[in-house]
Amino acid sequence: MTDNEIVTLRDLYKRFSAGKGLLTALRDINLTFGKGEFSGIVGPSGSGKTTLLNIIGSLDTPTEGTATVLGKQTGDLSQKEAAALRNHGIGFIFQTYNLLPVYSIYENVEFALLLQKTPARERKERVMESLQWVGLADRAQSRPATLSGGECQRVAIARSIVKRPALILADEPSANLDSVNTHHILKTMKQLNRELGTTFLFSTHDEKVMQHLDRIIYLKDGSVEKDELC
Amino acid sequence: MLTFTLSFKNLMGNGKRTWLNVSVLSVAFVVIVFFNGLLDGWNKQAETDTIAWETGYGRLSHPLYDPYDPYTLADAHGIPGLPQEVIAGEQALPILVAQASAYPNGRLVNIMLKGIDPAQSLLALPSRWLDSLPEGIRETTIPAIIGKRMAESAGLEAGDRTVIRWRDVNGTFDAREVTIAGIFRTNVPTVDAGQLWIPLETLRQMTGMYKETTYFVIGEELAGSSLWIGDKAGYGKWDYTPLEVLMEDIENVVEAKKGGMMVISALLLCIALLAIFDTQVLSIFRRQKEIGTYMALGMTRAKVITVFTIEGTIHALLAILLGAVWGIPLLALLRNYGIPMPDMSDQAGLAIGDRVIPAYSMLMILSTVLLVVITSLIVSYMPARKIAKMQPTQALKGKLV
Repeated sequence: MTDNEIVTLRDLYKRFSAGKGLLTALRDINLTFGKGEFSGIVGPSGSGKTTLLNIIGSLDTPTEGTATVLGKQTGDLSQKEAAALRNHGIGFIFQTYNLLPVYSIYENVEFALLLQKTPARERKERVMESLQWVGLADRAQSRPATLSGGECQRVAIARSIVKRPALILADEPSANLDSVNTHHILKTMKQLNRELGTTFLFSTHDEKVMQHLDRIIYLKDGSVEKDELC
Repeated sequence: MLTFTLSFKNLMGNGKRTWLNVSVLSVAFVVIVFFNGLLDGWNKQAETDTIAWETGYGRLSHPLYDPYDPYTLADAHGIPGLPQEVIAGEQALPILVAQASAYPNGRLVNIMLKGIDPAQSLLALPSRWLDSLPEGIRETTIPAIIGKRMAESAGLEAGDRTVIRWRDVNGTFDAREVTIAGIFRTNVPTVDAGQLWIPLETLRQMTGMYKETTYFVIGEELAGSSLWIGDKAGYGKWDYTPLEVLMEDIENVVEAKKGGMMVISALLLCIALLAIFDTQVLSIFRRQKEIGTYMALGMTRAKVITVFTIEGTIHALLAILLGAVWGIPLLALLRNYGIPMPDMSDQAGLAIGDRVIPAYSMLMILSTVLLVVITSLIVSYMPARKIAKMQPTQALKGKLV
């Protein structure tokens, strides 16, 4: 693994028990993602996109093979170490935004920094900066319930970027958005990718998202079918 | 601090469900404090009244005297070896006890004749009434005072006359007429029911037990003296019973009642805790996605469990605050006015007034607070343990939120 490599997947398999048998969700995955990439894993439902993203995000572990993320093999990490890796190194953007409903927009974005025990002053600066990037600084005190889907996803982007992670994993970020909002959030993410050098890794089957990607990996039945630069 | 803030916000976000749980728990909290206060107040009142009316601060009794066995009375009398200065100090009140029968309104009633010095001031018994009979009556009958319970059961009123029959020291039966000089009200049933108080010297003459005594009621000053520490010979080898031992019966009765009331309190607390438990179970089931999000953002499972446990425990803290808001004025009011007791309540077997004044000690309140908080913490933690088995990927697939 070179200094430029953020994620390295080697001979990776993931199997789940399904009834009496085993279901192979991922088979023989060998991929590398470098620093500053804006890539996507594309494929139909059930192709293993989310499973792959979960393994990279240390939310899950491979059955076979290795997944090295930010220099750490996720399969060898304890629960606490995996949590620390997610807290400091990885940002998540979910299809359903997953904002904390009882917190304001500001508090949602601030949450990751609170977990990192960032000092209050620095926290405030970084939260407001993140909200400005996504164009929601004026809605800082609003509750997620009062925002539109597009705005919620922008808050999720701000929440993932506020801790300056090396890697952001976005699982179907446009699934609940219309084309205008999809375009808007991808433009924001692309801008952050360029300005901060953050690696973005998407899972999607949305054509509108694919248009913005620099690299697309096609998954089919758990295997890499195609890996191409755009 | 983050976990506490997050827990508090989540709890507030639950709205009505939170306040319903908090309200139920606050009722349980206040009722537990009330019951304990009532019993402590009752206990305190029973002890105070028993000391004032019956036991004083100690008892020096004839070695054969057993207050629970009337057959011992025939022999349980004598002249004690108490130093003269002790007797003269009005800190040792002699009481002579004899069995007798009374015939009020033609009925036979077994009674206990008790002789007491009419001039005594050690007990609250209105013994001075024994000297209040007008001349003429005093010479022909024996003055007696009785309690309200005795008066009711025997159908006697002040001024009534009745015949009593007793056996003297030689076992010879004798009978005379007594006049009820007064009827006293007391919270202590053991100086009232089945008892007839007459002047000590009169009883001594009636029984031929001159200068004899069954037991002495000891005053506060004498109870603290070093006389009782040394050899029994110092006080004529009679049995000295300190206040703590005399109060054992009362304490045992109160403890037994406390047990019953604790069951009611525990039931109430269980209902409130069950509501918290259900809310926690529902919460963890409904908020799987939120749990998954916490994990994805970098929270450890232990911390997520802590958030949910604190969330449940805050119910208890809010309940205590809410309980304080409505409970303090209510309990203060009850302390000022007391709790009215029904007429039959003195059949509980120990002193009980018309009104019991609850006593709320800081220790009792703090221990109740601790009980409510700890039990809430336990019922909150139990369902939260499920989170430890939850995979972040499974949690993120949760259906709601």
